[in-house]
Amino acid sequence: MPENAVDVRDVVVTYGEVTAVDAVSLSVPRGSILALLGNNGAGKTSLLQVCEGFRSPAGGSVRVLGLDPIADHDALMPRLGIMLQSGGVYPWATAGEILRLFASYSARPLDVDMLLDRLGLRKFARTRFRRLSGGEQQRLSLAVALVGRPELVFLDEPTAGMDVGARQTTWELVESLRADGVTVLLTTHLLDEAESLADHVVIMDNGVVAATGTPAELTAAAGIDLLQVRADPGLPVADLAGRLDAKVTEDAPGEYAIAGALSTDALAAVLAWFAARDAQVTSVNSRRRTLEDVYLALTASGGVVR
Amino acid sequence: MSVDILPGPVRLGLRRGGIEILQFVRDRTALVFTFFFPALLLLLFGSIFGGDDGDGVGAARVFTASMIAYGLVSTSFVTMGAGLAMDREDGTLKRLRGTPVTAPAYFLGKLLLVAVLSAAEVLVLLACGVLVFGMPLPADAGSWLTFGWLFVLSVVACGLLGIAASALVRHARTAGAILNVPVVALQFLSGVFINPIDQLPGWMITLASVFPVKWMAQGFRSVFLPDTAAGSEAAGSWELGRTALVLGAWCVLGLLLCLVTFRWSDRGES
Repeated sequence: MPENAVDVRDVVVTYGEVTAVDAVSLSVPRGSILALLGNNGAGKTSLLQVCEGFRSPAGGSVRVLGLDPIADHDALMPRLGIMLQSGGVYPWATAGEILRLFASYSARPLDVDMLLDRLGLRKFARTRFRRLSGGEQQRLSLAVALVGRPELVFLDEPTAGMDVGARQTTWELVESLRADGVTVLLTTHLLDEAESLADHVVIMDNGVVAATGTPAELTAAAGIDLLQVRADPGLPVADLAGRLDAKVTEDAPGEYAIAGALSTDALAAVLAWFAARDAQVTSVNSRRRTLEDVYLALTASGGVVR
Repeated sequence: MSVDILPGPVRLGLRRGGIEILQFVRDRTALVFTFFFPALLLLLFGSIFGGDDGDGVGAARVFTASMIAYGLVSTSFVTMGAGLAMDREDGTLKRLRGTPVTAPAYFLGKLLLVAVLSAAEVLVLLACGVLVFGMPLPADAGSWLTFGWLFVLSVVACGLLGIAASALVRHARTAGAILNVPVVALQFLSGVFINPIDQLPGWMITLASVFPVKWMAQGFRSVFLPDTAAGSEAAGSWELGRTALVLGAWCVLGLLLCLVTFRWSDRGES
C-alpha cells in the first residue's frame, strides 16, 4: 500500500492557450488533511479535477491510492468521496431521498440517519433539494461525498455558503474523518479553515505552488511581525528605526510598536536598545504572522517560496 | 481487508430509474407537456380528418394507432436526448462519474424512465382513441403480443438513439428544438399524419423505410386496425417480420452510436 494517498508529479493543465496548472507537484500522506489554498483562478479546482479523474493532465502524472484516476476509474471510485462545488443533485428529490440514493451506490454505506444527524440535516430529510438554503445544500453535498465510507475524500470549497455554526460542524466532521484514518484533500478560500483543519497547506498562485508546509511551518518561517513594548515615554524612536529594518512608532505615551519581519537578533536588539536607555520595560507583546499574512504576501507579490 | 461487493449495474440502474421517475412526476410542467402535446395532436387530427375513409375504418382510429408511434418517439427519443443534455449541463453526469455508477447502470435508469413514460403516453393516447373516437381495442392475445414486442423495440431503439443524439446538443436549452427537427420531419415522411400513407410520393416512403418511425406506426396500425386495413399500407400488408428486423437493427445501431458518442461531461473533461 503506497504511503501517500495522492501523489501529483509535475502536473500541467491547459485550456487552449491558457496554462491553469503549471508543473505542480504535491503529496497527501494517508490519514492526513491537505488544504489547497488560492485565489479564484489559482488552479485549485483544475488540479482537483485531475486527481478526481475528471480531467486529463496535459503533462505530468497522478496516482491516487496507488491507481491512475482515469485508467483505473472503476476500481478507484468506490474508494473515493467527491464533493463538487455545485450541480448534479436532483432538485425535486428530498434530502433524505438523495442521500439514500447515493448510499445505495456503495457496498457498505454509512447509516443515512446518523449522517443526517451529524450534519444537522435531519429536520430537512423530507425537504426537497430546491427548497434547501445554500448552506444546507452544501452540507447535503458533503454528506453525499461521505456516505460511501471513502478512504480518500476530495472536498471542493466544502464550507462555501455556510453560516458559522454549520462551518464549525463541518470542520468537526472533517477532523473526525482524519481520526478514522480517512485522507482529505480540500480546496478553500478560507485561511482560518486551512489553518485550523489542515496538516499540510499548499498555497497556489497563478497555477504554480507558491508555498507549501504545515500551517506552523508557513507562519513560523515568516516569524514575528509586530512587537509592542510598554516603557518610559518620549524615547527617540527614529534612532531605533535606524538600527532595524522595521517601522517604529510611539502610538501613545510609552506605548511603542515595532512592525516588520523581526528576526531573533532584531528582537534582542530592540530590548537591548530600551535597556541602554535605562527605560523600564513593563510589558512586551509579540504578534506571530498568521497564515493570512503569509498568503496575502505571497499572492500579492507573486513571489514563490519553497 | 474485507471484500465488499458493490451493487451490480442492474440494481444501480433500478435505483436510478426510481429517482428519475420520481423527479419527472414531481416536475409537473414536464409531466403535463410531455403527455399533453401528442394527445392534443391526436384530438386535432382526429377531429379534422375524422370521417370514415371508405373501407370501414375511421380515420380517427388510424390516427390513434399511428400517433402511438409519435407518442413513443416523443417520450423516448426527445425526453431521453433532452434529459441527457440537461444531466450533462447541470453536473448530474459529472457527479455520477465520481461514484461507482457505471454508464450501463445510468442508461438502464434512463431507459426505465422512458419506458414508464412511454407506457403512460400509450395509455393516454389509447384513452383518447377509445373514449373520443370509439376505437375498439383488440380482443386477441396475438395482437397484444405484437404490441408488446413493438413497444419494447420502439422504446429501446428510440431511447438509445436519443442518448446518441444528445451528443449533438451543446446547450440543454436548445435540446427540444434540435431533437424535434428529425422527429417532426420523420412523422410526416413516415405517414403518421397522412392517411393513407400511399398518398405520399414513392421516394418519400422509400426514405422513411430507412428509419424506425414508419415501421413503428405501421406496426401499431396492425395491432389496432382490422386486417382489411393492411391494403392501405405501402406494401399492401403489415410486414411485421420486416418491422421487427428494422427496429432490431436500429436498437443495435443505437447502442453502437451510444458507445461511440457518449460523453460524461463537456468542456474538455473526461
